[in-house]
Amino acid sequence: MPPISFALAHTLPELILAVGALVLLMLGAFRAGRTDWIISELAIGLLGVALITLFFPLQGVAIVWDGAFIDDAFARFMKALALIGALVSILLSREYMAREKIDQFEFPVLIVLATLGMLMLISAQSLIALYLGLELMSLALYVVAAFHRDNIRASEAGLKYFVLGALSSGMLLYGCSLIYGFAGTVSFTGIAEALRGDVSIGVVFGLVFVLAGLAFKMSLAPFHMWTPDVYEGAPTPVTAFFASAPKMAAVAIMLRIIITAFPGITTQWQQIIVFVSILSMAIGSFAAIGQTNLKRLMAYSSIGHMGFAMVGLVAGTELGVRGVLIYMAIYLAMTLGTFAAILSMRVGDRYVETIDDLKGLGRNNGWMAFFLAMMMFSLAGIPPLAGFFAKWYVFLAAIQGGFYWLSVIGVLMSVVSTFYYLRIVKVIYFDEPAAAFSPVNREVTGVLVLSSLAILLFWVYPSPIVNAASAAAKSLF
Amino acid sequence: MIIGLNQYLIVAAMLFTLGVAGIILNRKNIIVILMSVELILLSVNINLVAFSTFLGDLTGQVFSLFILTVAAAEAAIGLAVLVTYFRNRGSIAVEDINMMKG
Repeated sequence: MPPISFALAHTLPELILAVGALVLLMLGAFRAGRTDWIISELAIGLLGVALITLFFPLQGVAIVWDGAFIDDAFARFMKALALIGALVSILLSREYMAREKIDQFEFPVLIVLATLGMLMLISAQSLIALYLGLELMSLALYVVAAFHRDNIRASEAGLKYFVLGALSSGMLLYGCSLIYGFAGTVSFTGIAEALRGDVSIGVVFGLVFVLAGLAFKMSLAPFHMWTPDVYEGAPTPVTAFFASAPKMAAVAIMLRIIITAFPGITTQWQQIIVFVSILSMAIGSFAAIGQTNLKRLMAYSSIGHMGFAMVGLVAGTELGVRGVLIYMAIYLAMTLGTFAAILSMRVGDRYVETIDDLKGLGRNNGWMAFFLAMMMFSLAGIPPLAGFFAKWYVFLAAIQGGFYWLSVIGVLMSVVSTFYYLRIVKVIYFDEPAAAFSPVNREVTGVLVLSSLAILLFWVYPSPIVNAASAAAKSLF
Repeated sequence: MIIGLNQYLIVAAMLFTLGVAGIILNRKNIIVILMSVELILLSVNINLVAFSTFLGDLTGQVFSLFILTVAAAEAAIGLAVLVTYFRNRGSIAVEDINMMKG
């Protein structure tokens, strides 16, 4: 039994967020009525401090808190991505929330609590820890989705997300109970141990339910129905948050549970992942073609991207996991950049969000047009932008694992999705100008510029991300 | 007849199916959906407690206590979201949740 200081040192980011969220809540409650920036600034500080503590030199793998919590390079990599997503979402939200008059102090507190759930989910090493992390994340997200409570679309988005989310966590739990019953344990390593010999059909049933629940959180087809409605209805900064941080946590736990708990039934889970991957790529590519609302388009785009990321997981190898991790890092930059651009679309005092509003942006605002066009090229996967390398690493892993036909389908779907990304570029540069956008604040512009530079210059110096992803993937096996 | 593990699992599976059917087939109102969600969670609890007893292992019962507490929080949040929706829309019928489509 390691000393408690050891366990505390390895859960430092979670502790900071947990204590910090409670303090912020008290602070907000006692300052009631006064709308100012202080709570969201403190929340950004908290997330930043948690991010810094991830880089403390704690070597190796530590399993603490009675085998419920694991701290390894994989967890630290995904936690860094989730924290960056949450931090940037709060940065992006501030001007929007103030203009829409929903800048209550609860918003940053809820984001911090959801992020805490994500970190616990990423580090979960048993089914109980998985469930509690997932619910802490989801319960905060249900509220955040309906945060604009006088807006009918936002409350409808929250309601839809809640109903389908509750159904999915019910399915996940049913799967957990079957796995517990037939494997006799809730710890991931114990489950892997129990699956060494004969595999009972009950565990396979449980696996199907658990993967369905997780696929819902990742918005993989056929569990994607909530995504377009929630993305469209929720306030835009909330959508940016939904598209970035929770996806990182869901992908992380999907990889961890499949690689550490179910290596004994590889053929079974491979079939499921191949199915959801192909279906997600197809729906992400074809259903987005007819969309006119940018947020809805981004919802289908994220469904497609999750499908592409899962191509890397299918191989089930270290190379495949590395590919997924690189994909998620690049996806994070592309998503946050695109949403920063969407949040810059303001005519007068009103935020607009349709593709037609982008008409002639190339003549109205050359720099923003350039950055947004680069985002679209990168999302489509055109070299030498980062989006190309993201797809390259996952398809590389799939081909080395012998999944040639899956890679061919993936590339074809990628070609189809290029159509709607390029349509946006065409609207920006070749259509008659619409109303010009009002100037935006430094934070939103900064996020747009930084993420654009990251995806533009990824090919110059990819080694930090690639090396970190390699080390993270290695720690999982 | 001796009641063994199988009987408990069958009851739980029936409750789970009823809960899922209640969510998917329900056309009337959202309160019924919330009740169906509770039904699903309780069926999971029956599963866990039955497994726990027959395995001679306490973990399942601990798990079911966690589920009970989280289910309470989930119901509270669900009702809160439902109230904000009702204030805006004036209805909680399932067919009225149709502002966004496609």
